[in-house]
Amino acid sequence: VTAVQQRLLEIRNLMKTSRTSRYVTLSNISEVSFVIMLKSKTFVKKTRSGGVMKIVREHYLRDDIWCGSEACTECKQESTVLQKDTCIESSLCSYPHYLIPDTNVVLHQIDVLEDPVIRNVIVLQTVLQEVRHRSAPIYKRLKDMIHEKEKHFYTFTNEHHRDTFIEREPGESANDRNDRAIRMAAKWYSQHLKTSESNPDGLKVVLLTNDQGNKQKAEESGLLVHKCEEYIKSLIANPELVDRLALSSDDKNEITSNKVLFPEHLPLSKIQAGIKSGSFLQGTFRASRDNYLEATVFVQGEGEDTTEVLIQGLQNLNRAVHQDVVALQLLPQNQWVAPSSVVLQDEGAAKDDNVEEEEEEKVLRISAAEAARKPTGKIVGIIKRNWRPFCGMLNVSQIKESTRHLFTPADRRIPRIRIETRQASTLAGQRIMVAIDGWPKDSRYPNGHFVRSLGSAGEKETEQEVLLLEHDVPHQAFSQAVLSFLPKMPWAITPEDMVKRQDLRQLTVCSVDPPGCTDIDDALHCRELENGNLEVGVHIADVSHFIRPGNALDKEAANRGTTVYLCGKRIDMVPELLSSNLCSLRSNVDRLAFSCIWEMNHEAEILKTQFTKSVINSKSSMTYAEAQMRIDDTTKNDDITKSLRGLNKLAKILKRQRIQKGALTLSSLEVRFHMDSETHDPIDLQTKELMETNSMVEEFMLLANISVAQKIYDEFSECALLRKHPAPPPSNYDILLKAAKSKEVEIHTDSAKALADSLDVARVDGFPYFNTLLRILATRCMMQAVYFCSGMDSDFHHYGLASPIYTHFTSPIRRYADIIVHRLLAVAIGADGTYPDLMDKHKQSALCNNLNYRHKMAQYAQRASVAFHTQLFFKSRGILNEEGFVLFVRKNAIIVLIPKFGLEGTVFFDPKDKTAPSLVFDEEGPTLKVEEHTFHIFDKVKVTISLDDSNIQHQKIRMALTDPVIPGVSVPVPDTEPQTKKPRLDR
Amino acid sequence: MAGLELLSDQGYRLDGRKASELRKVQARMGVFAQADGSAYLEQGNTKALAVVYGPHEIRGSRSRALHDRAVINCQYSMATFSTAERKRRPHGDRKSTEMSLHLKQTFEAAVMTQLYPRSQIDIYVKILQSDGGNYSVCVNAATLAVIDAGIPMRDYVCACTVGFVDETPLADLCYAEESGGVSSLALALLPRGGQIALLQMDARLHQDHLETLIEAAMTACKGVSKVLDEVVRQHLQEVSVLTGE
Ligand SMILES: [Zn+2]
Repeated sequence: VTAVQQRLLEIRNLMKTSRTSRYVTLSNISEVSFVIMLKSKTFVKKTRSGGVMKIVREHYLRDDIWCGSEACTECKQESTVLQKDTCIESSLCSYPHYLIPDTNVVLHQIDVLEDPVIRNVIVLQTVLQEVRHRSAPIYKRLKDMIHEKEKHFYTFTNEHHRDTFIEREPGESANDRNDRAIRMAAKWYSQHLKTSESNPDGLKVVLLTNDQGNKQKAEESGLLVHKCEEYIKSLIANPELVDRLALSSDDKNEITSNKVLFPEHLPLSKIQAGIKSGSFLQGTFRASRDNYLEATVFVQGEGEDTTEVLIQGLQNLNRAVHQDVVALQLLPQNQWVAPSSVVLQDEGAAKDDNVEEEEEEKVLRISAAEAARKPTGKIVGIIKRNWRPFCGMLNVSQIKESTRHLFTPADRRIPRIRIETRQASTLAGQRIMVAIDGWPKDSRYPNGHFVRSLGSAGEKETEQEVLLLEHDVPHQAFSQAVLSFLPKMPWAITPEDMVKRQDLRQLTVCSVDPPGCTDIDDALHCRELENGNLEVGVHIADVSHFIRPGNALDKEAANRGTTVYLCGKRIDMVPELLSSNLCSLRSNVDRLAFSCIWEMNHEAEILKTQFTKSVINSKSSMTYAEAQMRIDDTTKNDDITKSLRGLNKLAKILKRQRIQKGALTLSSLEVRFHMDSETHDPIDLQTKELMETNSMVEEFMLLANISVAQKIYDEFSECALLRKHPAPPPSNYDILLKAAKSKEVEIHTDSAKALADSLDVARVDGFPYFNTLLRILATRCMMQAVYFCSGMDSDFHHYGLASPIYTHFTSPIRRYADIIVHRLLAVAIGADGTYPDLMDKHKQSALCNNLNYRHKMAQYAQRASVAFHTQLFFKSRGILNEEGFVLFVRKNAIIVLIPKFGLEGTVFFDPKDKTAPSLVFDEEGPTLKVEEHTFHIFDKVKVTISLDDSNIQHQKIRMALTDPVIPGVSVPVPDTEPQTKKPRLDR
Repeated sequence: MAGLELLSDQGYRLDGRKASELRKVQARMGVFAQADGSAYLEQGNTKALAVVYGPHEIRGSRSRALHDRAVINCQYSMATFSTAERKRRPHGDRKSTEMSLHLKQTFEAAVMTQLYPRSQIDIYVKILQSDGGNYSVCVNAATLAVIDAGIPMRDYVCACTVGFVDETPLADLCYAEESGGVSSLALALLPRGGQIALLQMDARLHQDHLETLIEAAMTACKGVSKVLDEVVRQHLQEVSVLTGE
């Protein structure tokens, strides 16, 4: 019995000792053993059921974590990050030194840290973890800096270092403990560097903190410590860095008056309680582009539905900024309002913080019809800010000596920002970037700081940079790492490439594209078979042969997601060697392709489908017009022409069948600019014209996409990357129905087919353009088509194409989705292997989200680019008088479409400098009565078009009414006739 | 908010280990005199007690007896206080039945059962504290207990749980890692011959990763075997001192 007791005692001791710290040897499989210390970290956590759970975690402390300094001879490190000679010159710290910023300095002064001047920084693990927890975007920026070699940022894993780990003391808050851990690490570094023999220059570490208490404690323990501001101001060679400092809380009081303008934001705990109890709602804040006093919050409900809640007025908006995640409280129903159809911009001099808000907001107080009222709410708190650096321009203060200025962001949904800068005179007229630091409740505007300058406003390069930045389009040159994965030149097809590949070089393949196209990703062929059937092939550039999964090139392409086409500029998704050469299916060279080959009868019924990797040799690259001419030229009868005629014949049948199934043909006017080859200025503008051959190519691309979609879904039901186009909710059609009804035309929207059919028969005598206008309106009712992963969704339908399944296969040079689809198809036919991420539906779903985002942004960037070039075009044209149609009617304006230019503009009826005419808006029509004249949708009007460059940042096309003539409202017809000869812009 | 970062850019895991490092293993053999063999083993914060009886005559129904080898009977259980949430764990719930079965399979592969025809060997394992890798810790504890009982084995059976994060295999997962969305794999190995006694995996993993993961698991098992070997040698020394040889 005593022996048993003895052993039990031993067990008990064993269990006890392991809980207290002591040295043990970590058995390490690489046979290197480090002496480490073991700690148990205990903390309590609330469980979901409300109980309390004790969590015990092991915490290993090591003595093989090195300091990372080049000057150190003690540490057994293989490589170092921190330089021996630090070259930063500071009047406060005249000795060479490393910086240790605390968490708040990283969170608030990231712009300063990013400056190339700041190098040799020690990022403590404690800081890194806190930043990760508190702000994902800043965490990412910090990590990027750590990866950048020139920055010399070193991460010191202090929480696992034997000498720098500290335990939280009883009664100590987590924050205080972390501050102490940071001081501890700083202390360790200063002693460690001191004892290094090879460090006679007195290399020191300087702690940066803005926290007074922390600073004092650090000073007491003999550390070198400075406030971030003090330190930055002491940098000798870089006085302009001061502008990039974020305003700290002490400074804010100076800037603003004492009057409280906004209600207090509730703390997060109250918000969460409120959301739980249902008294608050959580949603994403979307500011209105047209009216700075109005916003909508999209509240995510159960499943897919979202409710929209209207927010009106500065007080209710309560400092929320576009894209923030907010908590709101619904107002009682009798206070609900309707969206004001007024266009309002926050312009002019800075508004006094004391200004009476009623003055600003009285325009909103137009009593709305009961029915039009929408759920209305007020913001009670911010759950997550989504601030990023914004592009825009400075409104230089009228007071000459002032260093405080208002900054107007290019994005109208972002409020103006107050910044402090000493270089206002230099920055005036430049496009700059500014970040928001905070928005105190006693300030009319948020406070921010200058980040960097992009160049002079109005310059084409600057404006292009702005629109790329504003639309988050990655546009830097490809890095060396990315380029290293390109094939080595001269490139040739090797015998290994031919394994699992069919040689189709003898086929009469040709490509048809818009003029000037250098990234040709598709080619076609059609030939008669011996059995009388037709063989049709769609050959797509085999991009996935060159871009292998997971390497830097692949990651870059996946991040870019799409090639972005701007006027006169293309931002490639993949490097030019691939996009314009090796992958481009140019004529008379051997190219690798992924082919989809059908056997069809003459009624375009598919009898057989085959997918194969191949080699082709295109016989001709034509433009749409050239191909059209060949088809129409009856004297021609060569193989290429025969092939084209066969394709064209089948395409017509396919199109007819598709339309019978209910596919929509919608209209949007796209414009093309003819660019001057030297100056790259637009010299002419025309709406894109569609030829039969356009639709011929399109028809076969659709067919290939559908065939491939079916194939990859059959093979990989869980992880096929597909594209869907949801049917729009019925309410989307309201404006279309109202507009059609005003011309006594009935439109049915029960199904895509009903819509397509009723659009086909919608005609108004003597108004040939009516149908096009109606289709333009219908386009505006549609939803966005999106990529998704088949394992994550059940609704696959493509509404616009009336296809039960669809994907993108035909443009892998310029769309990343197609590359994934190529890889899936290659696996399905055994031509290539799979890799883990391809088969992971969650990873693929995340990829789809990025692709959808990039496509949307690319589209917006493209529109912005067209708008900018339209302005350049009209700048050289003076004032034009053109015919147009009313597309929409608003409370104080009509929106007019000029078919000749594909241009849409707004005619305002309440100019600021004149007394407004009498305006009566009728929601039902909708109609707007201006004095004695009533405007309806589709009305034909004449307007003058000119460039309004009074606001250099928002240069815009100004339209003014010339016909109908309304006294006091319309303007006289300009006497200068439009210039007849092509003008040259003087630069 | 952001979940846990299982592997930092600097190559450290949540608890400060590097990817291929095991947790600290501590063990003691012969902790119960009544049993034929016993061992207590800790792997980090996972603690297990293993007790072996036998070989002895078949208890209960004789029909279970095998004419050419011994029957191995395993029973796995968890103490009520072994996890963060105190829970009553009835005997024979689905999880412990499955675990018992896995242990049985593992030891059938390792113990030289043909030396004891028509007899039975009982292995009881109890998890006293659970922090990930329960199966592996049980196997390692039971190995020591079987050795303590003097039952011949082909080799030590060593087990280890490994997982895959950011293209890097992590050895000897702790609970935070197991629950942090890592697809984990448990492997029991007879290290000298490199034979796999048991391999178990519930999560989805791409086949390209499987080989690296198994490789990492085998290396980790060999690491465990080195520690177990040391424990056995030390125990032998103590015993020989006690018996005065
Ligand atoms: Zn060192």
